[in-house]
Amino acid sequence: MENYLTLFETYDVPAAFWANIQLTFWAAIWATLLGTLLALFRISPIASLQFVGAAYVNIFRNTPLTIIIAFGVLGLFGQLQVSLTEDFNLNFFRLAILGLSLYHAAFVCEAIRSGVNTVPLGQAEAARAIGLSFLPAARLVILPQAFRGAVAPLGNVLIALIKNSTVAAAGSVAIEASSLMKTMIEFRGDLVIPIFLTFALGFVIIVIPVGLLTTWASRKLAVAR
Amino acid sequence: MRKTRYAAAAIAAAAALTLSACGGGDSGGAEATGEAEGSGETIRIGIKFDQPGLGFDEGGSYSGFDVDVAKYVANELGYSEDQIEFSEAPSANRENLLSNGQVDMIFATYSITDTRKETVAFAGPYFVAGQDLLVRADDDSISGPEDLEGKNLCSVTGSTSAQKIKDTYPGVNLVEQPGYAECVSLMAGGGIDAATTDDIILAGLAAQEANAGQFKVVGAPFSEENYGVGLPQDNTTCEAINEAITKMIDEGAWEEAITANTEGADYTFNDELNPPTPEPCA
Repeated sequence: MENYLTLFETYDVPAAFWANIQLTFWAAIWATLLGTLLALFRISPIASLQFVGAAYVNIFRNTPLTIIIAFGVLGLFGQLQVSLTEDFNLNFFRLAILGLSLYHAAFVCEAIRSGVNTVPLGQAEAARAIGLSFLPAARLVILPQAFRGAVAPLGNVLIALIKNSTVAAAGSVAIEASSLMKTMIEFRGDLVIPIFLTFALGFVIIVIPVGLLTTWASRKLAVAR
Repeated sequence: MRKTRYAAAAIAAAAALTLSACGGGDSGGAEATGEAEGSGETIRIGIKFDQPGLGFDEGGSYSGFDVDVAKYVANELGYSEDQIEFSEAPSANRENLLSNGQVDMIFATYSITDTRKETVAFAGPYFVAGQDLLVRADDDSISGPEDLEGKNLCSVTGSTSAQKIKDTYPGVNLVEQPGYAECVSLMAGGGIDAATTDDIILAGLAAQEANAGQFKVVGAPFSEENYGVGLPQDNTTCEAINEAITKMIDEGAWEEAITANTEGADYTFNDELNPPTPEPCA
C-alpha cells in the first residue's frame, strides 16, 4: 500500500486527467458547433447540402478515431507541416482537439437529428405558416426543441468523448492519462494491476456525474407534449 | 429506490472495468498453461512481435536477435526448435506474463532494473544496449543528444527513452508516438530530425528492407540498458541460462546473430560493454 502511494509522489495523476478534461472541453465545443451546422445541412431543403451533411457523417462516423488522430500527426504535421501554433507541444494538443472534434461532430449531428425527430411536424408547418423561412424556423422553432429532446443522446456522445480523449496519445499528446499510465507501467512493472485500476477508477469518477447530470437534465428539459 | 439503482450501476461499471483490466493480461494464457503442464515438453518464450531485428513476427515465423538468443538458450536447455512456443510479450505485460506463469522466459529487450527485480528474476544480461539516435543518412548535423536543442525528436509514448530525454534534455521537441515505425515514417516525411531508443532497436529499424540506406545510427550511446532474460522468481533455470549465454558468446554464435540481424544498418555494437558477462543468479 505504501508502495502504491509513492506512485502519486512520482507521477502527477490528477494533472494527466486534467489534460483529458481540457481535451474534452475544447473538442466538445467545436464538435457541438460543427455538429449543429451539419444537422442543419441534413434537415435543410437543399439537396446538395443534405448530401454534404450525409457524406460527412458517413465518412467520419465510420473512420476509426485512432486513424483520424494519427493522421493529424503523421499527415498534417509530418507531411504537410501544418502548425496551429508556434508552441511545439501545444500544436499536438490542438491537432488532437481537431481530430476529436471532427470525429465527434458526426455523432453530435446524429444526436441532434434524433432530437429534431422528436419535434412534431406541425411545429415546422406552423413556423412556415407564420412566414418564417428555413433558417429562422430552424433557429426559433425547431432547434430549441430539438436540443431539449437530444440531451440524453448528446450526453452519451460527451461520455464517449471523455473516454476517447485518451486516443490523443496516438497524436503525441503525452501529458494525458493513458500516456501517463504507459509511463507508469514501464517504470513500475511491480504495480501494473493497481495502476490499471487507478486509471479505470479515475474515468469512472469523471463519467458517472456526467451520466447522472444528463439523465437529470433530459427529464428536466424534455418538452412536455 | 432510484439511488440504489445508480449505486448498483456504478458498482457494475467498476466491476466490468476491473475485469477487463485483468482480462488483458490473461489472453490466451489459460490454454498455453494447460498444454505445457500436461506434456512438459515445450518451453514457452515471450518475445516482441513488432521490433524488426530483435523480435519480429513474419507471418508465423519469428526473426531477430532476441529470437536467435532464445533459440540458442532453449536448445542448450534441451528443447529443440519445434518445442518452442513463442508468444508476444508487450512491454506492459511482461511482469504479469512471468508472475502468472503464462510464459517460462522472456527475451524482449527487457532491461534489468531494480524495480523489476521485485516481481521477476533475470538471467543474463546477454546484451548491453545504449540509448542512441537514428538520423537520416545524409544528416551530419547531429552527432549526439547535445545537438538536439530545438530539433524535433521522436520516441515511443511511455518508454524509458522518452522519459530520459524529458529529464535530461528539456530543450528538445519530443514527439511521442505509439511505435517506432511511426517515428521512422515521420522522419522520412521530414517532420522530425531524429528518433531515439536503444541502439540495437534503431539498427533493426534501419536494417528493414523498406528503410535500407535511408537512415543511420549515430553511434554515441548515452545510457546503459542491460538486456536480461526475464524469469519467474521461483525459477530453476537461471544458472543454466547464464551458462548457455556464456557458451553462445564464446562460440561466436552471439556475434554472428548480431551481425546477421543488423545487416545493412551500418551499425556496430558498443564493444566496450559487449559482449557482457552474465551476472550471478540471485
